[in-house]
Amino acid sequence: MAEIPVTHGLAVAGVLFALGVLGVLVRRNLIFMLMSIEVMLNAAGLAFVLAGARWAQPDGQVMFLFVLAMAAAEVAVGLTLVIQFFRRAGTLDADAASTMRG
Amino acid sequence: MLDLLWLVPAIPFAGFVLLVALGPRLRHSAAAVIGVGSIAIATVIAFGAAAALVARPPDARVFTQALWTWVRVGDFAPAVAFRLDALSTVMMLVVTGVSFLIHLYSTAFMRGDGGYSRFFAYMNLFVGSMLVLVLADNLLLLYFGWEGVGLCSYLLIGFWYQDPANANAGRKAFIVTRVGDTAMAIGLFILATELGTLDIQPLMERAAASWPAGSALPTAAAALLLGGAVGKSAQLPLQTWLPDAMAGPTPVSALIHAATMVTAGVYLIARTHVLFALAPAVLFIVAIVGAATLLIAGCSALTQHDLKRILAYSTISQIGYMFLALGVGAWSAAIFHFMTHAFFKALLFLAAGVVISELHEEHDVFRMGGLRRALPVTFWTFLIGSASLAAVPLVTAGFYSKDLILYEAWASSLGGPWLWLAGLTGAVITAIYTFRMVFLTFFGELRQEPAGRAGWRMQAPLVILAVLAMVAGFVELPPTLGAAPAFSAFLEPILPAAPLVPGRTGALLWLQVAAGIAALGGIYVAWTLYLQSPAALASVMRGAAAQAIHRFWFAGWGFDWLYDRLFVRPLLWLARVAARDGIDHIYGALAGAAGLGWRVLARTQTGRIRWYAAGLTAGALIVTTLVLLS
Repeated sequence: MAEIPVTHGLAVAGVLFALGVLGVLVRRNLIFMLMSIEVMLNAAGLAFVLAGARWAQPDGQVMFLFVLAMAAAEVAVGLTLVIQFFRRAGTLDADAASTMRG
Repeated sequence: MLDLLWLVPAIPFAGFVLLVALGPRLRHSAAAVIGVGSIAIATVIAFGAAAALVARPPDARVFTQALWTWVRVGDFAPAVAFRLDALSTVMMLVVTGVSFLIHLYSTAFMRGDGGYSRFFAYMNLFVGSMLVLVLADNLLLLYFGWEGVGLCSYLLIGFWYQDPANANAGRKAFIVTRVGDTAMAIGLFILATELGTLDIQPLMERAAASWPAGSALPTAAAALLLGGAVGKSAQLPLQTWLPDAMAGPTPVSALIHAATMVTAGVYLIARTHVLFALAPAVLFIVAIVGAATLLIAGCSALTQHDLKRILAYSTISQIGYMFLALGVGAWSAAIFHFMTHAFFKALLFLAAGVVISELHEEHDVFRMGGLRRALPVTFWTFLIGSASLAAVPLVTAGFYSKDLILYEAWASSLGGPWLWLAGLTGAVITAIYTFRMVFLTFFGELRQEPAGRAGWRMQAPLVILAVLAMVAGFVELPPTLGAAPAFSAFLEPILPAAPLVPGRTGALLWLQVAAGIAALGGIYVAWTLYLQSPAALASVMRGAAAQAIHRFWFAGWGFDWLYDRLFVRPLLWLARVAARDGIDHIYGALAGAAGLGWRVLARTQTGRIRWYAAGLTAGALIVTTLVLLS
């Protein structure tokens, strides 16, 4: 199998990351925002794996495991907060959670 | 017992610290025990120390106790040292004894007051400061006590500070006495720089040795010390604070007038009499100030309606007598009058406190009357105190002391007929206003039923002080009445006798007769005007001139008005003008800029999480772009 150039992989990771950022910025639903953040994390994870493959080091895959664990923890906390917010505000609109303005 | 001397001021201070530390957590009875008990212990030690001192031969009656060196700056090393000699013994005994009686009275008088423990804390600090003042062997330590007394007068006059008028009275007392204190501080600087020490005994010796009498330096130093004495003792021209000081609780007035504070000026001049003897011009001013003050304050006392204000003006007037005595070199006569005055003035204030509290805080003597039968103990003690103040001949202490002052004002080489005449006129006025007060308060018909709340703790001090106000004069019998001058003989090693002119001493008997007639005549006048035929007085008072004089005297000869125009208003005007200068604008602009920045930046905190995320993204993009392009 022909080897995929590293630049292609990085381009995919960049596109994924940009999609995640866009999702966070344009989506108002908190669930979708969390999912977009997951996409961004995975983009970063992909970049790590690519870099590990490029230099034939295990560190990239180790880092990806860290990113996975962190993403799981983040989702647990994030979903809890989202549920709490939904119970209080009766909505999942992120813009409704703006009572702490200056 | 003499070695315990340091405890005399230390115990009241300890009581103060205890009361402040435990403060409101104490029950009233506990606060009273600490407050009165500390003074009682100090009194016992004071009497023990005095007895030990008197047991010594007359020329060895000096005891100095150096505790530690306060500071050491080059050659200048003032020590915290106490000195007990004849003069400070008299002062110490009167201060502790009278304060104890006033404290005992206060335990009942202040019952139910919210600031009970605070009151006793201040009172203890007051007594402690005064004891430091009289026992100090060093003018710097004396000044420490002097300022402590000033602070306590401020705290106690404004004790009921919820009423702004009381707080203002306290502030006035503090500021007016501060004027004198500043002069005194400058005087101390002169003494310290010129003579190199502030220890009283070496200071006096060096002053006498290195300064000729009447030269500029002792005159300046004595005049500046006189400024301090005039402020503290409420003499012309700084007497305006004392009538307003009546805003404090009545025991405070008794303490200020009788035992502490106002007599400090008399003590200071007596203590530094060597210096004043080197400045005859200043000594003459002392006599003039005393004579003028006793007349001015006496006339003001004639017109007052407030029982306590009458007593306040009478204090100013009686301290005027002491200054007159000091001015003619009759040092021991001044201290003698201080002692008798302490007894009868404390008595009068405490009795007035009983009257006022029995009549539900009624201060106006014209709305009192007929209390003679309703309050017999108060009446008789007040009558004795008044008789002593008016110097009724032979039976009262006030007669012996005032008579001695009048005699020495006549016979001293520094005095003369004019000063004597001023004193005699003052004696007539004193008798009139004193018995005006007695007749209006206790005679006539009963206007208001007393509430009957004075217990033994308020009456026992009255009785003790009444006895003292009668018998305290017998310690100094003039040549015509037994010739037993024990008091001045006791003070002789410290305070030399007045420089009498031999030719004038023969008039003693006639002077005494004149003083006796003055007192009795004044009482007769008061009896005629206020009991016998008040209609005659009323018809005289309807005249326009009489009205004007009455208003003028009632307002204390317009000194408050004058000072208001001369100092207070220009200062307030200056403050208003200075408040509008340009410097404030700089700081105002700074504050405005900060406010503007706050408003702008507060806008960016929208509370919307997506805005923040967008901000983060934009920032990251910009930084990345910059890194890539550079």
